[in-house]
Amino acid sequence: MAHELVDAMVGMKEKDALRIVQEMLERGEDPQEVLQLSQEAMQIVGDRYEEGSFFLPELMLSGEMLKKIAGLLKPRMAAQADTREKLGRVVLGTVRGDIHDIGKDIVGFVLDVNGFEVTDLGINVSEEKFVTAVRERQPQVLALSGFLSLAFDSMKSTIEALEEAGLREGVRVIIGGGQMDETVRQFTGADAYGEDAMAAVAFAKNTGRVS
Amino acid sequence: MVTTVKSWAELTPEEKRQRRYDSWLNPEGVEFVSPEAEATYKARATRVADAYSLRTPDRVPVSMNMGWYPVAWAGLSPYEAMHDYGKAADAYVRFNRHFQADVMANPIFMTLPGRAFDLLEYRLYHWPGHGTPKDAGFQYNEDEWMKPEEYDHLIEDPTDFFYSVYLPRISGAYEMFSHLGSAFDLVEMPFGTLAMGPWAAPGVKTSFEKLVAAGQEVGAWAGAIFPAVGTLQSDGFIQIWGGASKAPFDFIGDSLRGTRGMLLDLYREPEKVLAACDRLAPLMVRWTLRRATPSTIPGIFIPLHKGADGFMSPAQFETFYWPSLRKVILGLIEEGFTPFLFAEGRYGSRLETICDLPKGKTVWLFDQTDMARAKETIGQVACIQGNVPLSLAHAGTPEQVTAYCRELIQTAGKDGGYILDFGGVLDSAKPENVEAVVKAAKDLGVY
Repeated sequence: MAHELVDAMVGMKEKDALRIVQEMLERGEDPQEVLQLSQEAMQIVGDRYEEGSFFLPELMLSGEMLKKIAGLLKPRMAAQADTREKLGRVVLGTVRGDIHDIGKDIVGFVLDVNGFEVTDLGINVSEEKFVTAVRERQPQVLALSGFLSLAFDSMKSTIEALEEAGLREGVRVIIGGGQMDETVRQFTGADAYGEDAMAAVAFAKNTGRVS
Repeated sequence: MVTTVKSWAELTPEEKRQRRYDSWLNPEGVEFVSPEAEATYKARATRVADAYSLRTPDRVPVSMNMGWYPVAWAGLSPYEAMHDYGKAADAYVRFNRHFQADVMANPIFMTLPGRAFDLLEYRLYHWPGHGTPKDAGFQYNEDEWMKPEEYDHLIEDPTDFFYSVYLPRISGAYEMFSHLGSAFDLVEMPFGTLAMGPWAAPGVKTSFEKLVAAGQEVGAWAGAIFPAVGTLQSDGFIQIWGGASKAPFDFIGDSLRGTRGMLLDLYREPEKVLAACDRLAPLMVRWTLRRATPSTIPGIFIPLHKGADGFMSPAQFETFYWPSLRKVILGLIEEGFTPFLFAEGRYGSRLETICDLPKGKTVWLFDQTDMARAKETIGQVACIQGNVPLSLAHAGTPEQVTAYCRELIQTAGKDGGYILDFGGVLDSAKPENVEAVVKAAKDLGVY
């Protein structure tokens, strides 16, 4: 039997979830426990998205709930590092010229709930910025997002820039977004393309195992 | 005049449809450059009309789902195309003459007057040189342009909400509209002052000067673009869209609440989402009718966004998205129009649901949906179109394009009711790949 907080979050009962957290905190329960339950709920949400019974509304609402719960917990918790063991590091961003962020944010979200440390560089990210981030963060995976077909060229030039910087060997690259397919993967020189956010998780997990 | 309007009102939906198709096939006021051009026009229009009506045409028609590609092909950046209207118009004329698809790549829908948007201080989009690079197109600026607590205002009085709250928020030039008060103010003598006073407020004049200047800029744009469309018609190219509308859910989700806000509303404000979609459905029809005449081209372009696979569950689609969209579709059919639905992304999990429509009265342009499944489902009640991948156009070879088109013609094109086209909006391609699409329809698409 799951905790009522987990039930409320997975059941998309935002008000109930926040009320339960308030009550737990008023009863003096450990904020760390609340955080763990919330993360448990997020894991279930991620699983249901993966199996195709949850969609964007559920991902977005559970993300909102987690943000609000974290806000309630913050004043009661000493600054604590996220203690979950990380499966690996991912650098993520929407490529130059493209400002779409919804798909990228979803990928960041599901990678995070699946235990990856995600560095999100944002939108309209230049080749140089990706190169710098890969050099500094040394991620196992670089995830390039783009919705427009102009992203095909920016993805290609980003991967070329990695090669020129001598960083291509050390990182596996996946592309994702509206029009990405095998033809674009070959064109850009990426290692994989993803049709949905879960493809990025599978790719990242697979990469972790290989390296 | 009165008699004409009355007689139109008395026509049945089928008679209205017939009148629109007759005017489309035999356009008044078009002077064809030659008898051959006229014959080509009629053959093309008949071919497309046959496909729309689920008859078998002489061959598979070929259309051009174009974004920035025609201007890119002509060597122009999106920035240049949005600022030098003459060059943009010329690019479209040359593009159509070169590629010779059945349906005109229409500059009205894809070239835009950049300076008019500058003058409008428009915030809903970024455009080349104004938020996006000069070599990139315009892109939507995702935000909550309507707050969740404003649903009631939208539902009670959509036009008032637009003039007093929404337009001032999305456009600097409209800002003063929020000061102008209610349209009801000008009633009876003692109250008229309420209506007049606000017009003297500082800033109102400037607001209007910006709007007038934007309007003049649109005039300059139209002065370049419309003659190009006329030239292309005289050459024998057909237009397919007489107007545009939106799914109520997208109208709210795209332009008012933003993707994130709208999808959260499915849990936070589900009743209001439904009420707003219901309220807007007849207005989405009237929006199109306002500008329509009996000879308006029958196709009405409806781009679909937030109902695609992945955006929401099938149950959410059936509850929140489809019922009000269906009302808009049926309302337009009632007026003799043929709604043209552009299902961007994937629509596989919606194919059964959307079959609940009268036969042969809609067109569905699919992007990455499985076309064999589309043919078996919605293809039995509506013309289907599209599905040549943008990636193939950009990075494939003509041989790959031809093979892909052959497969489409054999499956989706079986017995008619299919139009060959790109699945997504084409911004970039190798010209030989675009040529291969047109050639495939002409060589492999003969019935």
